[in-house]
Amino acid sequence: MDIADTPINPDSRSRLASPGRWAYALVLAFGTIVTLVRYGEHMDGFELAILVGTTLTLAALGWHWLASAALTLVSGALALLAIDLYRGDLARAEQVFALKYLLASQSAIGWMSMLFLMATAAYWIGLLARSPFASAVGRGLTWAASALGTAGLLARWHESYLIAPDYGHIPISNLYEVFVLFCLITALLHLYYEGRYPSRNLGAFTLLVISAAVGFLMWYALERGAHEIQPLIPALQSYWMKIHVPANFVGYGAFALAAMVAVALLLAGRGVLAPRLPSVQVLDELMYRAIAIGFAFFTLATILGALWAAEAWGTYWQWDPKETWALIVWLNYAAWLHLRLTRGLRGSVLAWWALGGLLVTSFAFLGVNMFLSGLHSYGSL
Amino acid sequence: MRFAVSLLAIIAIASIIGTVLKQNEPYNNYLNQFGQFWFPLFEIFGLYSVYGSGWFLLLLAFLVISTSACLIRQTPGILREMRGFREHAQEISLRQFGLHIELDYRGTREALTPVLAAYLREHGYRFRSNLRSGATLFAAKSGSWHRTGYWLAHGAIVTICLGGLADGNLPLKLRLLLGDKVVTQGNQAISAIPESARLGPDNPSFRGNLFIPEGQSQSLAVLNVRDGILLQELPFAVSLKRFVIDHYATGAPKRFASEILLTDRATGQSFERVVEVNHPVTYRGITLYQASFDDGGTRLNLVVQPLGKMTDTPRGAADTLVGVVGESGRHGDYTIEFTGFRALNVEPLDSEPTQTKPLRERFAERFAGSGRNADQRRMANVGPSFSYKLRDTSGQAKEFNNYMFPVSIQGRWWLLTGVRENPNEPFRYLRLPLDADGRIDTFVAMRTRLLDPGQHRSIAQTFARRSLPSGTTSETVQTRLADTAQRTLQLFAEQGFDSVGRFIEANVPSAEREQAAEVFVKLLEGCAWQALIDAHAALGRPAPTTEADTAAFLRATLTAMSDSLHYPAPFWLQLSGYDEVKASVLQATRSPGMTPVFLGCALLTVGVLIMLYGRERRLFLLVQDGGKLLVAMSAHRKSLALAAEFREHSQGIARLANSGFDGSGPTRAADV
Ligand code: HEM
Repeated sequence: MDIADTPINPDSRSRLASPGRWAYALVLAFGTIVTLVRYGEHMDGFELAILVGTTLTLAALGWHWLASAALTLVSGALALLAIDLYRGDLARAEQVFALKYLLASQSAIGWMSMLFLMATAAYWIGLLARSPFASAVGRGLTWAASALGTAGLLARWHESYLIAPDYGHIPISNLYEVFVLFCLITALLHLYYEGRYPSRNLGAFTLLVISAAVGFLMWYALERGAHEIQPLIPALQSYWMKIHVPANFVGYGAFALAAMVAVALLLAGRGVLAPRLPSVQVLDELMYRAIAIGFAFFTLATILGALWAAEAWGTYWQWDPKETWALIVWLNYAAWLHLRLTRGLRGSVLAWWALGGLLVTSFAFLGVNMFLSGLHSYGSL
Repeated sequence: MRFAVSLLAIIAIASIIGTVLKQNEPYNNYLNQFGQFWFPLFEIFGLYSVYGSGWFLLLLAFLVISTSACLIRQTPGILREMRGFREHAQEISLRQFGLHIELDYRGTREALTPVLAAYLREHGYRFRSNLRSGATLFAAKSGSWHRTGYWLAHGAIVTICLGGLADGNLPLKLRLLLGDKVVTQGNQAISAIPESARLGPDNPSFRGNLFIPEGQSQSLAVLNVRDGILLQELPFAVSLKRFVIDHYATGAPKRFASEILLTDRATGQSFERVVEVNHPVTYRGITLYQASFDDGGTRLNLVVQPLGKMTDTPRGAADTLVGVVGESGRHGDYTIEFTGFRALNVEPLDSEPTQTKPLRERFAERFAGSGRNADQRRMANVGPSFSYKLRDTSGQAKEFNNYMFPVSIQGRWWLLTGVRENPNEPFRYLRLPLDADGRIDTFVAMRTRLLDPGQHRSIAQTFARRSLPSGTTSETVQTRLADTAQRTLQLFAEQGFDSVGRFIEANVPSAEREQAAEVFVKLLEGCAWQALIDAHAALGRPAPTTEADTAAFLRATLTAMSDSLHYPAPFWLQLSGYDEVKASVLQATRSPGMTPVFLGCALLTVGVLIMLYGRERRLFLLVQDGGKLLVAMSAHRKSLALAAEFREHSQGIARLANSGFDGSGPTRAADV
């Protein structure tokens, strides 16, 4: 590859001078303070810590990746609008036009699904017809889908409190909700790397895995009625959920992304579509980056799971099928990293391994719930 | 190293076994599942408790040893790397770096070196300069402490495994192996459990359950070990004051909590505590968790209602009985084991499947509006139920599950009694219709009339007389009708509609069967009407009226009676009142490995982050007399970002050197 293609990190000093970044940090701080003033009395210490931690994370992320700030602001604004339109009455989801057709959670998630499917199509047109315009449309649609999906989850959070105060909970507590989360996180990881690396047309591949998740999501809601907001069983009523689940899904999303990059790498390595895809070196690096971030978060998620298990079930580890499969996933990627870093392996072997890794990860994510029984039974199909 | 990767893969694959085969079940289940041949074989391989088996622990031991060995082997090299600057690097070797470039500089070497030193410092590089003949080498590095990530991450693996080992309680395993302690069977009285199956409060690591009914106290935890149990003595007693279950409006459980009193057995001091799911309580290094709950011996007030064939049933007034959940009682030839009680049963009110709507409609409904849609299934509490096993003289048992309150199905109220022969089957429910007063009495009274052969004659005669009053027809027609009705009743009393159907099939040509069936049903309904009139008279109620509902009630009664002839017991138990006693199951854990494990987890997180994101870099600047400046860069981890950084540095340094740098890029960058 040409060295001129490599991303060059903007100098950190110029960032300090960026008014946009400071404005964003101020908005976040303001939002957090409003939340604290209004709801602080209902929060315990852990929840306060999580709130502040979230603010800092968002600020750091926005600082590092300005586009994410735009996403936070847009989806936050949409969610606030939804909350305002609800006026504390869930029935208004059926009466107010903007809620019924855009902002209420199921509407927004419906839009998210459609937009992701359209984005996939646009990326493929971009790839096959060599149309940078179509790819740009794909990127725009992915951003729009992510904004609506995030707004939808936030609205759903609010709706759960409107059903009954004791119903209220963060919408990452069942398989339907985490599938939405999975779509969002995978899309954001894709957008991040697309912005950082010369990764033209890669969206055609990464969006495939999101489309598959969207397909599952729709089937799950249409055939199983899984979209209904259900109250939390006692075992899930814990602040650990708020960090354990998202951390896990950054892991899953990144591993899925790595597998899709691996597909592109295998194709490009054989000369298929090669001129239209990033160079093999860039793909290889991207695959490594994705697995690295996935591994870091998955490590964290598993540890958080162990901490939670120690509190809820009385042992940090008891070889429950879900735990064990998390370990298998983790060992798999540890092996992958060792092959690359200590044996200097590159290219197609690692790509096949990453693809196989997606199978293992999918089994840990879905297969365990479908075929094996255990304590994580609340995620059953 | 190859060994390490294989080891990781092997442990991953070995772990799968225990997720496919349910672990630590009672051995009987495995015996049933695998049969005589495979069961002992699998036992030898430890497949019923893979993660505690010798070979799996051996794999983990290999991991610990190999990781430690790796740490020891790598450490000197890494230390050298972290300390050293490689200021003796030769030009020749610098020229072999994937990233290197030769620049020109103006002025003297002496003038340039301080400028370069300042540049390196400004960019966070520490360096040593090395003077040689005709050249100065700056050997610079940054972030070399990032190599510590390797120690943290791999040391963490060892720490975690050792912590896990501490919780594996090897001393106890050894005592079990040596026969010093012996597991015993769970189904015996605590006092009968021998000393060899009891563990003192000094046992360093355990996890066991305490079953405590409300109002009772417990200081022994039951540890499940292999196919038996051990008793663990706790340094305190736990008495359960109350077990609380809160519910959501849907009836789904919201909170499980045990209000307990902890009494220290050494000091006698007591503390009130609440143990809740996700909110354990720790005392004296032992943590109590809300694990589950059960019935603690609820008192059930029961009415024995006859059912099934009349010939098996004792006649006379209904009996009453008092049962206690978890205990046994007797009735006639039967032993009754009271197995469970539930005060609350939340069931879907209308189980009309929503899938039947066309896809487009479902889509419009489910992907618009809030996460709570109109077709949300409505659930309701249908009240208490209890279960029992009936064991006859031959030892055969059947399991029953009866609801206390009537349930409305298809516009009628019914009492439900469920039965199954096999614990893996769902219960099949017999519906018994309630009369207009909401009572079962009418059904019971009609049953004794319609199914008792001794009563058939009189019912049939009254029925005939009423249908064909004297004067309208001859005596013989009336008598024939009475005879037919009586035979029909006898037939019905055998197997219900089944025997009537079989009779028709055997005796009526196929063309006329439908008609014949109608006649039989008319006869049965006529007799049932007569039985209803008699039942009302016997119960001291006004005569029944001929409303449409009465007809429906008669049909429901006949159906229920026909079904009841297949009920596999001569009576069912109706719950008339109860006094609930709940029990909480708490888990008591002492886990000395927890601290090292979580310490290891913290190290692991930090170590992995450093390893993956640390930026260790080395930059070499060889300033040669004669205006040549060699820039070379390397890092422990090669990456595209490294190439970009190299490009930045080359440009920056070229600018300082004030040379004719043309920006055409470094050589051999493609090898990165
Ligand atoms: C559960 C077990 C293990 C885990 C989770 C693990 C994890 C890791 C990770 C995350 C890396 C960093 C990869 C990177 O920098 O991108 C790494 C590197 C490495 N691991 Fe392991 N490891 C394990 C076991 C082992 C064992 C058993 C050995 C040796 C026999 C070993 C030797 C190494 C070496 C030599 C490196 C490269 C270090 C460096 O160059 O900085 N690891 N390991």
